[in-house]
Amino acid sequence: MGIISRGFSGRRSAADAKLPPGQYLTTDFPVLSAGPTPHIPLDQWEFVIDDGTDILRRWNWKSFRDLPTETFTVDVHCVTRWSKLGTFWEGVSLDTILADVKTDASYAMARSYGDYTTNLPLKDLMNNQAWIAFRFDNKDLAPEHGGPARLLVPHLYLWKSAKWVRGVTLMHKDKPGFWESLGYHIYGDPWREQRYSGDE
Amino acid sequence: MAGAALFGRRMMWRVGTVVALQDETATARTITLKVPDWPGHIAGQHVDVRLTASDGYSAVRSYSIASAPNSEGRVELTVERLPNGEVSPYLTQEVAIGDPLEVRGPIGGWFVWRSEQTEPVQLIAGGSGIVPLMAMIRSRAAVGSAATFRLLYSVREPGAVWYRDELQALSDQNRSVALTYAYTRVAPKGWPRAPSRIDAALIAQTTWPSNLCPTCYVCGPTSFVERAAGLLTTIGNSPDKIRTERFGPTGDRK
Repeated sequence: MGIISRGFSGRRSAADAKLPPGQYLTTDFPVLSAGPTPHIPLDQWEFVIDDGTDILRRWNWKSFRDLPTETFTVDVHCVTRWSKLGTFWEGVSLDTILADVKTDASYAMARSYGDYTTNLPLKDLMNNQAWIAFRFDNKDLAPEHGGPARLLVPHLYLWKSAKWVRGVTLMHKDKPGFWESLGYHIYGDPWREQRYSGDE
Repeated sequence: MAGAALFGRRMMWRVGTVVALQDETATARTITLKVPDWPGHIAGQHVDVRLTASDGYSAVRSYSIASAPNSEGRVELTVERLPNGEVSPYLTQEVAIGDPLEVRGPIGGWFVWRSEQTEPVQLIAGGSGIVPLMAMIRSRAAVGSAATFRLLYSVREPGAVWYRDELQALSDQNRSVALTYAYTRVAPKGWPRAPSRIDAALIAQTTWPSNLCPTCYVCGPTSFVERAAGLLTTIGNSPDKIRTERFGPTGDRK
């Protein structure tokens, strides 16, 4: 426990019980991005799975939208400490995306328009826990929130859910992405409060 | 190097002492902390501040550092009081000189200006977004950098300007920090531009020509940053030269 702040009582709510440590509840949807918001015309959009050398699968917007979709309701947690509960999305499960991909890779690097990257273990993208999402709250995903499509991996801090995603590179060795190279945690589990490099 | 302090080992909480308090406006206050064993910081980085109640409940928020890197372990934060904030009302109204305050950092290695940078710098601040940009301006002055800076600072009204005298002095001194104010609600009497949001004409007239390849730092509320960063790309700045830091509507960041 930290030292007592004289005269501080804080504000607690019933919802705190559902929040990971150190998070607070917001009903807005704040935005955190490192640079300008890219605007990607749908006729130029593509999503590519590669292994660092070869392209394994490729979709354009039409073939991507022909894939079966799911709707899902999840809680999201940002490393800047806000959490938003019960967010409603539509997207394509990564299980669907990766279904025909044969690989012995253990890690993945998500890549975005605007050159953002973020790394994850491949197993965190599988088993119904990650999606390429293109609708939020029954509306097309707005560019500032990652539209036309973003990765959504809600069990990790939201910086892992790459906005404007354009592909995934499969890797045998883990490698830090953008924020992971700048002092943020390599894995980013909110329930273990893995915010910064060096956190447990 | 200060940023390297992040890597390899867990960042520890340090107990700073409040050594000075200065009101910037009716709702914003600068808190100067003296932090023992402070590892140093780079202009643009932020810290986490932790408040703990007597029953052990704690709340943590991030605040940008306003002070230039220094060797005395001095860390200045300017905090804006948010009407429904949990932490900012305490920091702007309750905290007194001599109080201990727990901090952890410095954090962030992207939205930073390093004194080795020599290219022109374009700073664009919306409201409280001035704080990390002020650290860059102060850092530039402290090291005697020859990098030329421009600041476009958008505020609601003249009374909402933070660091006004210091900005004026730095801008007068050697004219290498060129200062432009933009007012969104109320402008001073006789101001040439009617109060309004920043627009393409203002960005084109007051920011560096894009062919000089300035590094641009944009900080403020989300809608402001979206707009400013978009306008910068419209006049030819490359997206990879534009760094942004956004404070969401309830980010309670400042």
